[in-house]
Amino acid sequence: MIEVQDVGFTYPSGVEALRGVAFTVNNGEFIAIMGQNGAGKTTLVKHFNGLLKPSIGRVLVDGIETKKTSVASLAKKVGFVFQNPDHQLFSETVEEEIAFALKNFGFEEETIKKRVTWALSFLELKKYRKTSPFMLSGGERKRVALASVLAWNPEILILDEPTIGQDYKQKEKLRQFILQMQTQEKTIVIVTHDVEFVAECNPRVLLMTEGRIVADGQGKNILANPEVLAKSSVVPPQVVQIFSRLNELELPKNVIDLYEAKDLLLKKLEKRLR
Amino acid sequence: MSVFDGLKYRKVSSPIHDLDPRIKFFYVCAIFVGAILFWTILPLLILFAIQIPFVLLAGVKREWLRSLRGTIFLAAIIFLTNLIVRYFASGGALLVTDLEFAAAMTLRFIVLVGSFSVFFLTTSPDHLGLALERTRMPYEFSFAFTTAVRFVPVLAEEAQTIMDAQKARGLELEKGNFLKRIRNYIPVLVPLIVSAIRRSLELAEAMESRAWGATKKRTNLYILRLKQGDFILFVITIVILMVTVYVRIYIDVPGLSQFLSGVS
Ligand SMILES: Nc1ncnc2c1ncn2[C@@H]1O[C@H](COP(=O)(O)OP(=O)(O)O)[C@@H](O)[C@H]1O
Ligand SMILES: [Mg+2]
Repeated sequence: MIEVQDVGFTYPSGVEALRGVAFTVNNGEFIAIMGQNGAGKTTLVKHFNGLLKPSIGRVLVDGIETKKTSVASLAKKVGFVFQNPDHQLFSETVEEEIAFALKNFGFEEETIKKRVTWALSFLELKKYRKTSPFMLSGGERKRVALASVLAWNPEILILDEPTIGQDYKQKEKLRQFILQMQTQEKTIVIVTHDVEFVAECNPRVLLMTEGRIVADGQGKNILANPEVLAKSSVVPPQVVQIFSRLNELELPKNVIDLYEAKDLLLKKLEKRLR
Repeated sequence: MSVFDGLKYRKVSSPIHDLDPRIKFFYVCAIFVGAILFWTILPLLILFAIQIPFVLLAGVKREWLRSLRGTIFLAAIIFLTNLIVRYFASGGALLVTDLEFAAAMTLRFIVLVGSFSVFFLTTSPDHLGLALERTRMPYEFSFAFTTAVRFVPVLAEEAQTIMDAQKARGLELEKGNFLKRIRNYIPVLVPLIVSAIRRSLELAEAMESRAWGATKKRTNLYILRLKQGDFILFVITIVILMVTVYVRIYIDVPGLSQFLSGVS
């Protein structure tokens, strides 16, 4: 559980990146933090594993205040995958890259081997075991970065902009992966401004603007609310746009799922044709 | 990181920012010469005080103070080394003059850093490049220099992000003995170097696609021209130079303790 209690954060340069942020992430929850560039999304999630400590207020992870503990001990519980994989890949082989964190956390040699193999096969990287991570494509590098974090099986997983630079197939895989993590009761926080991706997953959505949270609720209710979205310059998902333009059909307003939309439309059309 | 902040140029307009970089550089050199000519506190204090109106006029007080604060560690080392050397040189006795000497050496260092900092805080890399070009240095060199200067803050920021990313994977930079601590930096340095190389290759491609080196004789959008302020600074600098050299040769500058007892 992550408790964010009236947190404010100001960078040394004087930029006030977070103001009066308060909410709780429960165990097993799936949350998407959305908002335009510079809204403070990355700054906020960096508080979850103690990389940044609040200037005002407190952040508690499983009841432990982040100010009173080290990043290394929080990191074991809170896995954080950075936006750009090139900011963390440095090893000679993919295998060593994945083992890096496990060694830092002091796992046994046997366990390390097992976990590396598991992570490699989970993200379909087995054939790259002995390859240099620098030789891989962008999407593959991103998967190596993800594998290197998943390997130690953190309870909470934070993904900063996981869909940037990924094609549709990769995004679909990512979505499947998140669903799978959810069945394992993992807490997942993603930072993104990919509305379509969020619409497909329908998680709880936190909407941010200028360091504040302007909306907090189920994706369905927030993504289908153009006024709220406009505040943080997020364009509604296409389904919502189409439904609002078809207002003669008197369709419900809070639909973001493609299949649900299709069923509703078909029903309406059938009624009309009859 | 704070030392870098003290050298980071921010685009604003002030009488000092608008000065010609060549004249400003001449001024910094004059302060340099002055600082190196003297071994006693008083003239160094005056040289230090001369910086203050510049800093205030340029409106960079905060950044300037931050860069000075960034030198505290080095300044302390200089002070202690000088003190220890004097202590042993004079056979284990420490006089007031020794303290004064160590303080003067530290002050000299602070004057040097301070004047450099004013220069970098108020001179845009572009202007610096233009000034270098005017010295008939090949354009490739002046371009490389300005690019390097411009990318320092970018690199510093990137280093911070990389450190965060590795800390999130359980890296503890401060852990272990001396050798281990150096090795801890490998996961930070490798991505930093790789991305710097990648960026430079991209930059080279972008430059070539914008016809870098297509003509031998380049023209510039901005042309450096000496204005009234530049002449004033030039005259001030000449005066500073003449006074320092005159004082150094013809006047026996008293030490601080002598000076104070003379006054009272
Ligand atoms: N290291 C830093 N130093 C100073 N300001 C920063 C730093 N990182 C981010 N900021 C500023 O904080 C604000 C929020 O940034 P960020 O959290 O990265 O936004 P987002 O992830 O939502 O795009 C921005 O105004 C940004 O310029
Ligand atoms: Mg971000």
